[in-house]
Amino acid sequence: MLGVIIGVMSVIIVLSAGAGAQGMILNQVKSLGSDLIGVLPGASDEKGPPASAMGIVVTTLKDSDIRELIRSGSAHVVAGTGYVKGTDTIVWGDNQTDTSFTGVNASIVEVENAKVENGRFFTEEEERSMARVAVLGSTVAKELFGEEDPVGAQIKIKKSSFNVIGVMKTRGVSGFQNQDDQIFVPLNTAQKLLLGIDYISFARLKVDNPDNVDAAMEDARIFLRERHKIDRPEEDDFSVRSMAQGLEAITQITNALKLFLAAVAAIALVVGGVGIMNIMLAAVQERTREIGLRKAVGATNRNIIEQFLVETVMITFIGGVIGIISGIFISYIISLVVRSLGYDWDFIISIPSIVLGCVVSVGIGMLFGIVPARKAAKLNPIEALRYE
Amino acid sequence: MSLIQIQNLKKQYENEGVVTPVLAGLNFQIERGEFVAIMGPSGSGKSTLMHILGFLDKLSSGKYIFDGRDVSSLTDDELAQMRSKSVGFVFQAFNLLPRTTVLENVMLPLVYAKYSESERKQKATAALESVGLAHRLEYFTNQLSGGEKQRVAIARALVNEPSVIFADEPTGNLDSKSGLQVMKILQDLNDKGNTIILVTHEQYTAAHAKRAIKLKDGEIVEDALITNRQIAAGATDLKK
Repeated sequence: MLGVIIGVMSVIIVLSAGAGAQGMILNQVKSLGSDLIGVLPGASDEKGPPASAMGIVVTTLKDSDIRELIRSGSAHVVAGTGYVKGTDTIVWGDNQTDTSFTGVNASIVEVENAKVENGRFFTEEEERSMARVAVLGSTVAKELFGEEDPVGAQIKIKKSSFNVIGVMKTRGVSGFQNQDDQIFVPLNTAQKLLLGIDYISFARLKVDNPDNVDAAMEDARIFLRERHKIDRPEEDDFSVRSMAQGLEAITQITNALKLFLAAVAAIALVVGGVGIMNIMLAAVQERTREIGLRKAVGATNRNIIEQFLVETVMITFIGGVIGIISGIFISYIISLVVRSLGYDWDFIISIPSIVLGCVVSVGIGMLFGIVPARKAAKLNPIEALRYE
Repeated sequence: MSLIQIQNLKKQYENEGVVTPVLAGLNFQIERGEFVAIMGPSGSGKSTLMHILGFLDKLSSGKYIFDGRDVSSLTDDELAQMRSKSVGFVFQAFNLLPRTTVLENVMLPLVYAKYSESERKQKATAALESVGLAHRLEYFTNQLSGGEKQRVAIARALVNEPSVIFADEPTGNLDSKSGLQVMKILQDLNDKGNTIILVTHEQYTAAHAKRAIKLKDGEIVEDALITNRQIAAGATDLKK
């Protein structure tokens, strides 16, 4: 019975956890937006990463490229922002924390669908005037300021004073980056004051409708080629990517994850099956004398097999029900725990997982219940009676 | 017509090509209402003979006619049918089901004889009353003394009113007082007309029967009526 319970339970838990994890990863990717396209400096083919993503500094993409692209390059692009990144120890009074600062355009709020929790984001005006203002991610705000209100405080980035004007709402981990562990500053300010560069490392464009992503990508390529005076696509000094391409890559990863989980579930089933088999074999051995006695008082082989069949069905049925209930319960606990850790985890119990768990456990239970019972039933009653 | 007719009955076991003869051509008849003791030292083939007579084992050659029916040609299911309807067994080791009540144990043969639940209860209760265990119906078998266990086994053997009751060393695991009680019950059953076949190696126990068939090395060495029969008396108060 324990074997059946564990078998059914583990299948349900493993499959539920797998579905939850896959949902979580896909949700994260989707939360970045399927209506976004990315522009990276440096050429790349479709499959490999662009040079810029491998740490090679490519300086060909400028803030002005993106601004002009948004203004006149494509009818489908509604907003966009360039990004530059740096890291530093940020100081406020006696407190300090190591984090990254990101130079972005004011329109990032629209592009990334980011929300300000407290205070405000910086404006186009402040960006143009190279204002020394900063908006903190929620993790940075907590580490640097604790319970105090950061809005209005002066912090130091690369020895320059910045006025904190807002704190972002918690966004969680997306991909490999903790979105809350960074400071947003105007792009201009970051380039000139903090990094001393005139290029951007990455840009995101928001498209009016996910259906227009392909058209907007083509528009962006044509526009940038023209602007960079490139004749042939092979000579591109930039790459345009969509989230859909990113989604494909991640789907490949989650499919591998799924396969892995299927293997784990299969092992769980085998373990459960072996447990059932052992219990059934032991039960039949223990009861060989009983089988002998029952035959001596008039039971036919059929009676004996029927008796074991009924008992096995009862045991596996009860075990299956307990396994289903406890499997669902434990899966639910897991989803609660994961959600309390701040992940977007759905509690998913799939009917196929219940059916699979039950069919295999009951099947193994029946097989290993009936086969030894058949063997014992065929014994001469005297041999069975004398069985030790 | 005799109840049991045996003609040139032979039994041998084959194990990896080695043939071990156990019974070497027996001939005898048992009539209804007899109380026969099959005697002999261990290895004489007396248990094997009982198993064949009780349809628990098959004979190798010869003829066994039970109540006019040739047993040697019966199938497994027909043999099960015979065990269910025609014979009852009392074993040396009691062979009661553990973790099961006395009443359920005695009802067991009736399950396979396809009696209804209420008939089973009524017949089993009556059988237990006849062996003086009416006060133990709901006890579990492991709560009983050895003598009580064997009386439950006797009740189980007689519950479906068999033509023959086989008792294989029924007193072997009992103290002499309990053994005497068991023999008394068997004698009482015989007095009421039941045919009883007792297998034992003890002269003293066999003396309770009316006829003794003595075996040695698979052959009958003596088949005679018992002259100075023991009557198990003084053990009448079964409830003690």
